[in-house]
Amino acid sequence: MSRYFLNYLDELESEAIYVLREVWAQFDNPVILFSGGKDSILVTHLAKKAFHPAKIPFPLMHVDTGHNFPETIQFRDNIIKELGVELIVGSVQESIDEGRVAEEKGKNATRNALQITTLLDAIESNKIDCAIGGGRRDEEKARAKERFFSHRDDFGQWDPKNQRPELWNIFNGKHFEGEHFRAFPISNWTEMDVWNYIKRENIAIPSLYFAHEREVVWRQDSWIPNSEFLVLEDHEEIVTKKIRFRTLGDITITGGIESDADTLEKIADEVSGMRQTERGNRSDDKRSESAMEDRKRQGYF
Amino acid sequence: MLDNNQLLRFTTAGSVDDGKSTLIGRLLYDSKSIFEDQLQAIENTSKKKGHEGVDLALFTDGLRDEREQGITIDVAYRYFTTPKRKFIIADTPGHIQYTRNMVTGASTANAAIILVDARHGVIEQTKRHSFIASLLQIPHVIVCINKMDLVDYSEETYNDVINQFEEFSSKLLVNDIRFIPISALNGDNVVNRSTNMDWYQGAPLLHTLETMHISSDINKVDARFPVQTVLRPQSENHRDYRGYAGRMASGIFRLGDEVTVLPSGFTSKIKTIDTLDKSLKEAYAPMSVSITLEDDIDISRGDMIVKSNNKPEASQDIEVMLCWLHNNAAKPRAKYSIRHTSNEQKAMIKEIVYKFDINTLERNSEDKELKMNDISKVKIRTTKPLMVDDYRENRTTGSIILIDDTTNETVAAGMIV
Repeated sequence: MSRYFLNYLDELESEAIYVLREVWAQFDNPVILFSGGKDSILVTHLAKKAFHPAKIPFPLMHVDTGHNFPETIQFRDNIIKELGVELIVGSVQESIDEGRVAEEKGKNATRNALQITTLLDAIESNKIDCAIGGGRRDEEKARAKERFFSHRDDFGQWDPKNQRPELWNIFNGKHFEGEHFRAFPISNWTEMDVWNYIKRENIAIPSLYFAHEREVVWRQDSWIPNSEFLVLEDHEEIVTKKIRFRTLGDITITGGIESDADTLEKIADEVSGMRQTERGNRSDDKRSESAMEDRKRQGYF
Repeated sequence: MLDNNQLLRFTTAGSVDDGKSTLIGRLLYDSKSIFEDQLQAIENTSKKKGHEGVDLALFTDGLRDEREQGITIDVAYRYFTTPKRKFIIADTPGHIQYTRNMVTGASTANAAIILVDARHGVIEQTKRHSFIASLLQIPHVIVCINKMDLVDYSEETYNDVINQFEEFSSKLLVNDIRFIPISALNGDNVVNRSTNMDWYQGAPLLHTLETMHISSDINKVDARFPVQTVLRPQSENHRDYRGYAGRMASGIFRLGDEVTVLPSGFTSKIKTIDTLDKSLKEAYAPMSVSITLEDDIDISRGDMIVKSNNKPEASQDIEVMLCWLHNNAAKPRAKYSIRHTSNEQKAMIKEIVYKFDINTLERNSEDKELKMNDISKVKIRTTKPLMVDDYRENRTTGSIILIDDTTNETVAAGMIV
């Protein structure tokens, strides 16, 4: 093989750095949407690379549903301190208290959809013109059509049938006042790429991704963690299992899998043998065939 | 997966009728890239629609409208990995009204897969797809002659199609064309070698994709470094650091290289090539790095650093093959913003030289309108010089887009000739 060729992880890294620098060059007030999940941690790591030796030149923004894993919040606060960047928090609880949104009712109620309003409010009130996300095209069929630079109208909505064509690596982030963009630097990464890269770079991630003992309940084909928000059904029972999480969302809807993988090597091995997509354990995606597309159209991550 | 595995991007253009979706489904399925819950979802939908068995084509339908209409509208990206390479498929619709989507998918591809129905031979759509592959300078073209099972796996039919293809493709500029007889439905020569076509001595499709030489697809001769942004940390450890951040578009830079900054023309030498992990002795495309120079020169986004002995052409008048991408037709002498690498200027379309009929490959000098999906040769004048290379030499510094300032939409994409 030629010496002058990048391997696939280096090429993906270089592409993501290029996208992040384009965002910085084309927008006045970008942020990284930071959930504390591995994808947003990866984007933050890549941003560190993109602007070194300078600091990451924009804030991280967390949309806080109030239904967090405590570990995620701890991790978030540590990373903010380490990077020396600003943190913006959009609070779903505040949106509820202000009457902007109403809590869902019933057994499968979540705050997942409520985040959309909080996110869009936070984007508007902080005058953010580009929100950088960790979305990947392999995650979900609606995301397979996402652009690197994805336009949102002044209601924050995505119009998937009327997207700007994106040719070569020329990104058009021009927008009118009130509109904003979402940028997805790791569009071309798969779950496996993310794990291989995290392993290679030895990137710190929350302990929740590693196998650990936890109180859980079996619900909708996965292990939902016990928390102050959990309401048990009559037939349900809390048990202790050795589990880990493949993705991190709200503690109320993120299901774990039984696993012994307690190192990055073991996780990468386990993921490469997986026969289910990582979002298979997210009840927010199970609501309907176009659940993700519908939420994305409204302004979801 | 090995650490030195490469990434190969390929495009597939076509409709369900060609078996394009079946082919992609087959590649993903046989390389075990379809997950159980995805398969389950497809099985459920197949049942709901009353299809027999599992319709793998459904896997490639993304948006609700597409599922309802049973067609691909937009470019969708698919991913799969084998022990040899990582692959990105740009899956694009094949109908003429989606030319712009094909062009988009083709713009970053190393290889194009062109599907020909063995029963019908080379048709207009085949020519259209081949022309786009040639226009966008996709380095490798693989013509898959599909549905061989429906022509009794006939070598004669296969050779007929090749002859038809070669007859018209002599007009195209493609360096590497290969032919593979396949049946996507039955899996012949897709992932596994067919036992039905002993007369075919070549490799199956996946093996071809895994082993074709792509290291030379990027221009390694002409060093071009468009500056994206300037890094000035002004922190205690890096008080005087001034790094030019960008991605090598082509070529190689080494420490000490004599460079010229365009458009100013100032010269200097490369002092350091930096990344977070380490400082490098050399940088090559497509690496993202930060470059510092020996001399303090005023450099900003839109400038280009090149080797002093190898410069692109500086020109305000460029000729491009332009693909119109937008519903609003081009307005004569209207001004647009033009983007070329990280540089942006204003531009005007001065003249439409001719329009291509992409089905017949004939030139039409009468029709002077630029409507959506049209491909035309045009003359463009810019307010300031652009540092351009021929698209055939350099896909990054040879390409432009036009943006309509009244809507901010991307309305056209062009290849400099």
